[in-house]
Amino acid sequence: MPIQGDYMGMMLTIEDLDQENKDFFKYCSKKEFRLQRGKKSGLLRYPPTTACPWTGDRVSEWVPVEGRGTVHSYVEVHHPIQPAFKDKVPYMIILADLDMQKGQPTEHEALRVAGNLMTEDGEFVSPETIKTVGIGTRVKLIYVDVTNEFALPHWTIDKEAEQPQKPWRYPEE
Amino acid sequence: MTLSSVSEHDVTSNRYLRGKYSICGVGETTYRRGSAESTRSLATWAISNAMKDAGMDSGDIDGMLSYSGNDSTFAPWVAGDLGIRLNFYMDVHGGGSSTEALIGIAMGVIEAGMCKTVAIYRAMNGYSAVRIGGTGARSAAPILGDQIHHRAYGWQSAGQMFAPTFLRHMYDYGTTPEQVAAVKVAHSKHASNNPKAFYKQRYTVEDVVSSRIICKPLHLLDCCVETDNATCIIVTRTERARDCPNPPAVIQSVVGRCCKPRADMHYQHGPISTVAGHYAKDILWSNAGLGPEDVDVTGSYDAFTFTTMLQLEDYGFCKKGEGGEYVSDGTIELGGRRPNNTSGGHLCEGYTHGMNMVIENTRQLRGNVDDSCPINEDGVREHTYNYEEGGCRQVKNVEVTANLGWAMPGTGSAMVMAKDHK
Repeated sequence: MPIQGDYMGMMLTIEDLDQENKDFFKYCSKKEFRLQRGKKSGLLRYPPTTACPWTGDRVSEWVPVEGRGTVHSYVEVHHPIQPAFKDKVPYMIILADLDMQKGQPTEHEALRVAGNLMTEDGEFVSPETIKTVGIGTRVKLIYVDVTNEFALPHWTIDKEAEQPQKPWRYPEE
Repeated sequence: MTLSSVSEHDVTSNRYLRGKYSICGVGETTYRRGSAESTRSLATWAISNAMKDAGMDSGDIDGMLSYSGNDSTFAPWVAGDLGIRLNFYMDVHGGGSSTEALIGIAMGVIEAGMCKTVAIYRAMNGYSAVRIGGTGARSAAPILGDQIHHRAYGWQSAGQMFAPTFLRHMYDYGTTPEQVAAVKVAHSKHASNNPKAFYKQRYTVEDVVSSRIICKPLHLLDCCVETDNATCIIVTRTERARDCPNPPAVIQSVVGRCCKPRADMHYQHGPISTVAGHYAKDILWSNAGLGPEDVDVTGSYDAFTFTTMLQLEDYGFCKKGEGGEYVSDGTIELGGRRPNNTSGGHLCEGYTHGMNMVIENTRQLRGNVDDSCPINEDGVREHTYNYEEGGCRQVKNVEVTANLGWAMPGTGSAMVMAKDHK
């Protein structure tokens, strides 16, 4: 059976044969961030794939990864395109480097994980909060349920972490 | 030859198919919003114009290539309408960066003896039907599997998908909104001298940076226009092209859908402020036997002001990180050292997924762009080279052009063309 759920008015579907995404989002619903680790390379990868991007090895295992990282870049949307986001603007999409495996296997590689900037409770943050976040902000993963076996990972400001004095933000403000 | 990769190329040998194939005909519909006709109708219109331009009739065309995102009409219907019997056709999935890639495929299938002359078209109702900005049909499409990792986050439209690259370039190199806005200023200047352009108004840097934010760092005027149109390019052997009414635009080298690592999710492999042109340039210049400094006119894809800047930089027209300066110092304007998108491109003329930039460079090489300059008794346009508003847009003595096509930060295509000297 496919896994399907309504999220903010959008129907999200993971086909029955899509084993990799099914596993990934099922772990998220248990509040676990797990990534595939290639058997040969020992390297983690994101998002889910069917083989290891560094070796082509099709054998992997799902391993738990600490959901902490640093904002590498971001999107700040002011004009909504999808109807589901009409009443959410401005909203932010965070692309954060996980601490785990940052700069590996080469200098500019990282596990760059996407998600919206949310409150710790999984609500979209206020415009005031958006203005405090930029490149360099320390963030951690939270999860928002779509169904009882499917959740989406999102980012929230890591309140326990030491934050940069002034994260880099688009200058025109 | 400033780059090491460029200095290594062997300019004495004729690499691959350098010079063997040419563009012999180009054509388009008008650029409109509200075409009130099907993509099939738009396609036959544009192809008819290109055939007329090439001096060809239906018996001369036996190959057809098209591309779309399920928003167009496939080649067999279009060919049937025009009385063309096909020896080869293929309809490819894709948008930006398809133009140059399909030109390369056309060269390959002719070289393989599969057909003799290929008409490449892109027909789209990018405003009236499947909107290029992503609203309407594209937003309504169900969100499946791999797409959940972006579309569920409101990360879907082209501007949203590319924004992390654009912002990171500002962070890495100090590129400013004003520098990049100069791309719109240049292209709008060019469009004001293009009677076909959808937007003919000239804009200033202040106009761009004071227009409303769509998604940072993109203001409304950093984004391209949505229009309804079809465009066509006809490719054949240079020898055959020499029999056509217009001089051939001779293809020197072509790169198609060249990718950064991790084409599935290119942001995994940095630097994310570097785009696919970084990889494509080594094929483009080496196969062409020349380098960026030899190019007179560029056609760097302007889905956004930023895409033009990033590609000019990564193809080596300036040093890495200096793209902001390159696009804002007058170089890319008509009258400058190396004008870019002299038709006004996607920002102003109309949105064609790359076709109109190749069409424009073909006309630049012929020396007969369709501006408002007077036509003499012999039917020849007498260019004034006065680039004041409403005037000329022909560049003087164009020998070499480069097209830099863009699909996304991780994927690009490119082509170098030259004037025929036989």
